[in-house]
Amino acid sequence: MKRHLLSAADLSLDDALLILDAAGQLARVSDRAIKRLPTLRGRTVVNLFYEDSTRTRLSFEVAAKRLSADVVTFSAKGSSVSKGESLKDTALTLEAMGADAVVCRHHASGAPHRLADWIQGSVVNAGDGTHEHPTQALLDAFTMRARMGRLEGLRVAIIGDILHSRVARSNVLLLHTLGADVTLVAPPTLLPVGIEGWPVQVSYDIDSVLPKSDVVMMLRVQRERMGAAFFPSAREYSRRYGLDRDRMAMLADDTIVMHPGPMNRGMEIAAEVADSVRSTIVDQVANGVSVRMAVLYLLLGGSEAAFSQPAEEVAGA
Amino acid sequence: MSGWLLKDVRLPAAEGPDDVVDLRLADGIIAEIGTQLSQGDDQCLEGAGLVALPGLVDLHTHLREPGREDAETVETGTRAAALGGFTAVHAMANTDPVADTAGVVEQVWRLGRDAGHCDVHPIGAVTLGLQGKALAELGAMADSAARVRVFSDDGRCVSDAGLMRRALDYVKAFDGVIAQHAQEPTLTEGAQMHEGIVSARLGLQGWPAAAEESIIARDCLLAAHTGSRLHVCHVSTAGSVELIRWAKSKGWRVTAEVTPHHLCLTDDLAEGYDPLFKVNPPLRTHADVEALRDGLADGTIDAVATDHAPHALEDKESEWDCAAFGMLGLETALSIVVESMVATGRMSWYDVADRMSVRPARIGGLSGQGLGLAVGVPANLTLIEEAASWTVDPGQLASRSRNTPYAGRTLPARVLATFLRGRPTVLDGKLT
Repeated sequence: MKRHLLSAADLSLDDALLILDAAGQLARVSDRAIKRLPTLRGRTVVNLFYEDSTRTRLSFEVAAKRLSADVVTFSAKGSSVSKGESLKDTALTLEAMGADAVVCRHHASGAPHRLADWIQGSVVNAGDGTHEHPTQALLDAFTMRARMGRLEGLRVAIIGDILHSRVARSNVLLLHTLGADVTLVAPPTLLPVGIEGWPVQVSYDIDSVLPKSDVVMMLRVQRERMGAAFFPSAREYSRRYGLDRDRMAMLADDTIVMHPGPMNRGMEIAAEVADSVRSTIVDQVANGVSVRMAVLYLLLGGSEAAFSQPAEEVAGA
Repeated sequence: MSGWLLKDVRLPAAEGPDDVVDLRLADGIIAEIGTQLSQGDDQCLEGAGLVALPGLVDLHTHLREPGREDAETVETGTRAAALGGFTAVHAMANTDPVADTAGVVEQVWRLGRDAGHCDVHPIGAVTLGLQGKALAELGAMADSAARVRVFSDDGRCVSDAGLMRRALDYVKAFDGVIAQHAQEPTLTEGAQMHEGIVSARLGLQGWPAAAEESIIARDCLLAAHTGSRLHVCHVSTAGSVELIRWAKSKGWRVTAEVTPHHLCLTDDLAEGYDPLFKVNPPLRTHADVEALRDGLADGTIDAVATDHAPHALEDKESEWDCAAFGMLGLETALSIVVESMVATGRMSWYDVADRMSVRPARIGGLSGQGLGLAVGVPANLTLIEEAASWTVDPGQLASRSRNTPYAGRTLPARVLATFLRGRPTVLDGKLT
């Protein structure tokens, strides 16, 4: 595995499967009364969050703590960052403090790449601008595999604001690596120019795609996109691209519905759908912790060989 | 006062083999051209193996003074220019304060004259404060000591069609030219790089080719309608080349420039998110680079212009979105043109002289530059060691800034000497 996790494209098939398998074993830690392993004792994980994201930040915090790492959370608000300190100076500061891993969430695409140029520790991209969110893709893949029993050949529809979605970009890359067939569905205004280079099918018509999908992943539509005229109104978006009760009826019996959260209930997804038995939304949150434990563990714990031994310890615990 | 005798230099010929001749520079002009000229009292420069070009003229230079002297000054920028073989540069108007009054353009002009490394011709802003709302006092700048003839809001587009039409009309009174930064603002809000396959993957907001081309199409029509002179800055797309070719075929007074970086760099360089490759207009695709090279070779594009854009380190050592647009160009321009156009067989040295000296001087309305190498013309010239190569070391550049996209690259051809009206500004590759 590479030293950093900046893009889902950094992961080979073997890397991805290793993380998913490790996450499966580490998930059992979360089922124990004492939810903690000594694996990363003495290591420092910094959560560097330039963007509010309570769910992702908490998920990484819990993951690092369950591995006994020292966790420092550094959020842009109320820190020197808001006083205009540059990303580079922040990186040098973290470096001087001996951060072994920096989990970075940033509003600018590529910011974690820049960090990786400046610090020795591992950088984990926890969502950068409209670029990628690789651990989200990993937890989504973990969830799909847990529910559907396989990833290869799985038909996955990702529906919504593809243009601005880091979740979509990472999922497309990772699911391609894992052998799934991805179809992206969006209004033409929310698909990027240049998408022809992606290993996906593209459709503007949700109704033709839903019956042929094993997994339906709905993306959050940001309210601010409406003002920028990507679509005429929330109602029209919801009518044409929302997953409501009627559309849910078009799905095959075992098709699951995913959402990376936070949801706009009534916009891209109806409450009945979000709360249905098809929904994996709560699983995704729980799986997020396991997958992030696996990522931190493998990036900081060393090689694959180093992994196999403590993994048995986990399994035997 | 003794002059200079440049022995056995190669004079590029329009057709057929180049001549190898001696040039005598005296009293600021080329006094004599011949073979076996006697040295007399003159200082002698052995020119065997050197190509003599008329002093290069840059239509598009950001000298940053006044306002951003931490990034560049007229002194440091013109040092870089002389080392790059230039004897004249046009200083862009987007300084602080903006060069939109006679006072500011005269200040820049005087700073250039006092520095003495090359001629500095200020470009005046088209609109007050580059705001795109009201015309700046174009006539006052034209009548000033700086004799401004080129006007540009570079960095911003004069996007208001009515205002652009007025500007084109107005400058006819003093044979001015509007140099347009063609970028439709409503198509490029927040744009970070060329919109295409790479931007889709990197999640960086796209700058579509159509945003440049739509303005160029409109402006060509306005130039035709007004009968005025339009110059298109830093053409970057294949479509733009086609539009300019079309406008020229109509006989409209449209000229265009291309930067060295658009002749050789492509959008995939953004992959590492290093803002050294962030520039406006953005680096485009291989197909665009090919079309630009074709356009420059066939004369559709009149000139190479550097768009030398120095930036302080902290403005480039950041996230891509936050970083400034622009890259250095003066000291590498000639080598890039040689690499992209001469070494590839698309252009001769004669063509290099035409696109980097003769035509830009004509577009800028300069009287003592770009006149070629002939007896009686001002002795503005540069000597190029064609066989040499050099490796770009940002720390060794004369510019105050370091934001070259070519760090570590080995480039062909080196400027050995530059003469400004008979006086050497560069000798043996070093400032005098």
